[in-house]
Formats: sequence, structure tokens, C-alpha cells
Amino acid sequence: MKKTFGGAALFLDRSDINTDEIIPAKYLTEVTKEALKPHCLEDLKLEGFDPKGEALRKARVVVSRQNFGCGSSREHAPWVFEVNDIHTIIAESYARIFRQNMFNGGMLAIELPREQIDRLFSMAGQGEVEILVDLSGSAITARCGDKVETYPFDISPFDRALVESGGWVEFADARY
Amino acid sequence: MGKNIAEKIFAAHLRDEPFPGAKVLDIDRVLCHEITTPVAIADLVWRGKDRVFDPTKIKAVIDHVTPAKDSKTATQAKILRDWARRHDITDFFDVGRNGVCHALFPEKGYIRPGFTVIMGDSHTCTHGAFGAFAAGVGTTDLEVGILKGVCAFREPKTIRINLTGTLQPGVYAKDVILFVIGQIGVNGATDRVIEFRGTVVDEMTMDSRMTLCNMAIEAGGTSGICLPDATTVDYLWPFIEGEYSSREAALEEFRKWHSDEDAEYEKVLDFDISNLEPQVTFGYKPDCVKAARDFERTPVDQIYIGTCTNGRLEDLRVAAEILKGRRIADNVRGIVSPATPKIFSDAMAEGIMQIFMDAGFCVTNPTCGACLGMSNGVLAEGEVCASTSNRNFNGRMGKGGMVHLMSPATAAATAITGVITDARTL
Ligand code: SF4
Repeated sequence: MKKTFGGAALFLDRSDINTDEIIPAKYLTEVTKEALKPHCLEDLKLEGFDPKGEALRKARVVVSRQNFGCGSSREHAPWVFEVNDIHTIIAESYARIFRQNMFNGGMLAIELPREQIDRLFSMAGQGEVEILVDLSGSAITARCGDKVETYPFDISPFDRALVESGGWVEFADARY
Repeated sequence: MGKNIAEKIFAAHLRDEPFPGAKVLDIDRVLCHEITTPVAIADLVWRGKDRVFDPTKIKAVIDHVTPAKDSKTATQAKILRDWARRHDITDFFDVGRNGVCHALFPEKGYIRPGFTVIMGDSHTCTHGAFGAFAAGVGTTDLEVGILKGVCAFREPKTIRINLTGTLQPGVYAKDVILFVIGQIGVNGATDRVIEFRGTVVDEMTMDSRMTLCNMAIEAGGTSGICLPDATTVDYLWPFIEGEYSSREAALEEFRKWHSDEDAEYEKVLDFDISNLEPQVTFGYKPDCVKAARDFERTPVDQIYIGTCTNGRLEDLRVAAEILKGRRIADNVRGIVSPATPKIFSDAMAEGIMQIFMDAGFCVTNPTCGACLGMSNGVLAEGEVCASTSNRNFNGRMGKGGMVHLMSPATAAATAITGVITDARTL
């Protein structure tokens, strides 16, 4: 199933946010994705962030810094975003497994250079930010009040194919 | 231009390159445990594709929480168990025969030089100790691995780390890898293979090489990898003697995977570790590392010796050597989890488990247990654990708990004094 991308952005201003912070190990005993829903980012301690707050509930995009999703291989981390309708992460860099898991699930892990991430964060300082994703044009547009900025992003043809086919299971099943 | 070992394994397993740089590989071993596999199974059933590509190449174990601690973990175990039965996966390990995946599967001889190995577990990099390309993957990759026997990776770039010099007595593979992670950082090898080379690696046992490769992921690495040599052959010999006329013949065959002299690396790092001291982590990231001696009487509440990093026989021996004839401090709890039943029974035969018990340790069955804060020694808020595991993330062993990673020797010494202690100063 294809996903929708873009919407209200949640800003997590730290590098190395790990999978234990995204979804604590104690919830790994769940066998459905839906059961993970209330526990998104539950153990993340970050100034101004409340895992039970409005900002997370409204978010459709997460913006963060370097090495996002490091730690365990648990796909529960992308899933907990997926079931909370967050299908787009934008960061300076990712841990490999997390990044692959996002694309495997037909979701987007967009990498932008530090400067542009910095600019997004400074935009966030001025009010609520909405980020639109143009997948075919490989660009994101961030909006905050009347401020609008557009950045192109790179996506490999393979990652694009995964997103467009709805994920790796669909892609692999059709091909192998 | 020559190739390095990871490139050779990739070339030998390439099934497809649907887009430039996207390598779809044939997989020799798909390893499964009860935490990440049940969701893949459920999804396959839901899609009407409840099949496996080859039951002899799939190995499964219940190891993270075992025996089950509640209905949820019992259900996870049951899903894996029923699935293994229904697909004739005969290499399936249940209560009584089960142990920590990354210790159990190598011990059974399932991992060979030149293999491609995936598992829904980030510490799958451990198996690179055998000269295999072994990578942790998510549940979707695992699912496709189970169904089709393939997995996609980017063309690997390799960082070669030369470890030279001689390890001082009382300094171990765990200290080496903690030091390396401290040097290159938690992000230092992201999307890279780390090829461990040098005299220090040549002299290491397979147990030590597994400890070394186990934590490659803690620097972001896709796989750690060591070149197969006579030590590898000796370890595998009971499993391969029917396939080769002699150990030399096996070694000759395995040599084909060796990186060529003129192989290219993205980076080559040299570390002379002759002066290395026992290392311990101090923060919530595995690259926050300093010498054990630089901890000034840091008290701990619990000692945990075990896991896929340091729960092997060699590790238990080292700890027992230090604990022999001593008792752990009154204010600490000691827990030891031999990583597999074989390790447990070999350690019993050597009198090691008795030493642990006489010292005041609680001995548990083989399981991951407290390592990921699921059972057998979860920490309370504010508690501190000296652990031989591989992850010190905030909350890893229990919400609000603090984990210091260290070698079994440092953990044993810390158990005796109750504060973080360099075993050489006892
Ligand atoms: S021992 Fe710990 S790190 Fe190793 S597989 Fe088990 S939970 Fe993971």
C-alpha cells in the first residue's frame, strides 16, 4: 500500500536518537504494529518534547540531526512512526538498518545537508512548520507563516522503487 | 584492482542489481529469534505467502526471553515454534536446548567463511568473525529473506582497522573494541564493513574475534569481519571434516576469501594497542569510553556477566579466575548467564559455575535476559549495572538504569569491590 508523505513537522534537536528511545524494548513483545501506537518516542528525554503532547500527535514528519535511528535492528521503530501516520523522516544522516527499514516499509528517510537541517530548525524556532514532500520532483518545501523554503533531496532509484511499489516485500515478490 | 573480502563475498552471491549500486544477494543463512520473527511470520500469513525458501538454510531459536515470562512472550515463542514445525525447520532451538543466538549458531557450526548471513538482530555482525558477511536487518528484510532467500545491500565500503602490538595481560577483545568505538565514534562506520586485521586479531581465539565483531554495529558498522585462518579451521573442524581431506585443504579453500594485497579500502586505520588498558563506558553511548582506572570509586548495584558479547566459555573462565576464593561485595547483586547450554555444561565440568556460586552469583539459564531489560535482572530507576553486554543506552536494562560496559575481568573485579575496578589492581 502506498503511503502519504508530508504534513506538520516535529523537530527533535539531537543527534544519535536511538531505537530504544523511539520504542522501548519492553514493547517488543507486541505482535501487531497497532499495539505500538501509544508508545512512540516514549523514552526520549529532550527539552521541550513531550511524548504525550500535541506536537507528536499532530506530526506527519519528523526532523532530526545525525545518525537517527541508531541501535537495534527493530523495525518496530519505523512501525511506531507508521502507525502514528509519520511516514517521512528528515535528518542529516541515519543508522543503516533504520534507514533501510523505512524504505523497506515504503516510507521516506530523507537526508539533507547540515546547513539545510539547521535552517529547518531555525524556522521551527519561529512557529509551526509544515513540510510538503514532492516525491516525483525529489524536493521538500517547508512552510512557516509566510516563509517558504524548498530543498531538493537525493533518493536512489532503488529506494524510489521501494517507495513506489509500497515496500520491499512487494518489490521482491514481483521480481524474485 | 584487487578485492577485499566483503567485495569477494558480494560478487560470489550477487543475484541481481535492479539499479546501479543496489546489490541483491543470495543468502546462505537466515537466522531467526522470537522477538523480530513473529511479526514477519504474521505478515507472510496475512499476505497468503506462508512459505520458506529453504528450511535447511533457516535456523531459529527462542533466546531473548526464555522460558517465557508472561503470556505475551509465550505467544511470541509459540508463533516461532509453530512456524518452525510447519515448515520443517529442524534447526530450531527451544527451552532446554536454546541459548543466545549469536553464541549458539556459531557453536553449531552453521557459519562458514564466505557465507552471507542475515538476522533480524543488529548484533548479527558477530558472525563476521568467521569471515562471513553477516548483517543485522529489520523484519521486512527478514521476511523477504525467509520467503525468497535474498537481501538487498548497497555496494559495501570497507574500513580496514589494523590492530597491532601485543595485548597486555588482563586486557581483552572487549577492551579493544570499546577502545576502537571510542576512537571512531558511534557513527564512525555507518554503512561500512569493518575489516579487522593485524597481529592482535591473528592471535585471537574465535571467542575473542566474536566479541570484537559483535560490537561493530556499535560504531554503526554493517558487519565486522575477520579473515578466516587456521584458528577458524580448527574451530569449524568437527563440522567440516567430512568435506575436506585435511585442515590444510580447508584453509587453502577458505583463503580464496582473503582480501587481495592490492584491495581498496575507504579508510585504513592503525591502532597499536600495546599500551591499552581495560576500558569501561561512562555515558549512554558506547563511544563514551575511558580506562577503568579513571573511574573514581564508582559504585554499582548489579553485575551482569553473559550475552552475545561476553557470555562464552573463555569469558566465564576469565571471570572465574578472578572470583576464585573471593566473595562479591555485600551491596551488589551478581548475575551470570552462560550464553548456551554447551557453554553452561562445559563451565560446570570445569568447576567454573561452582566458583560463581561460591562467590555469591546467581546463575541463570542461557538467555539474553537482562541485556535488553526484559527479564532476569532488570534495573530499577537510578540503579547502576556493570555489564559485559554491548549497549549502554539510557533505559536499555530498565527505565532509568545506568549501564557501564566492560570486559568479564573488569566486571568480576567490580563485583568483588562493589565499585568499578581494574582487575589488575586487585
Ligand atoms: S544478548 Fe543482548 S545484544 Fe545479544 S542478542 Fe541478546 S539482547 Fe541482543
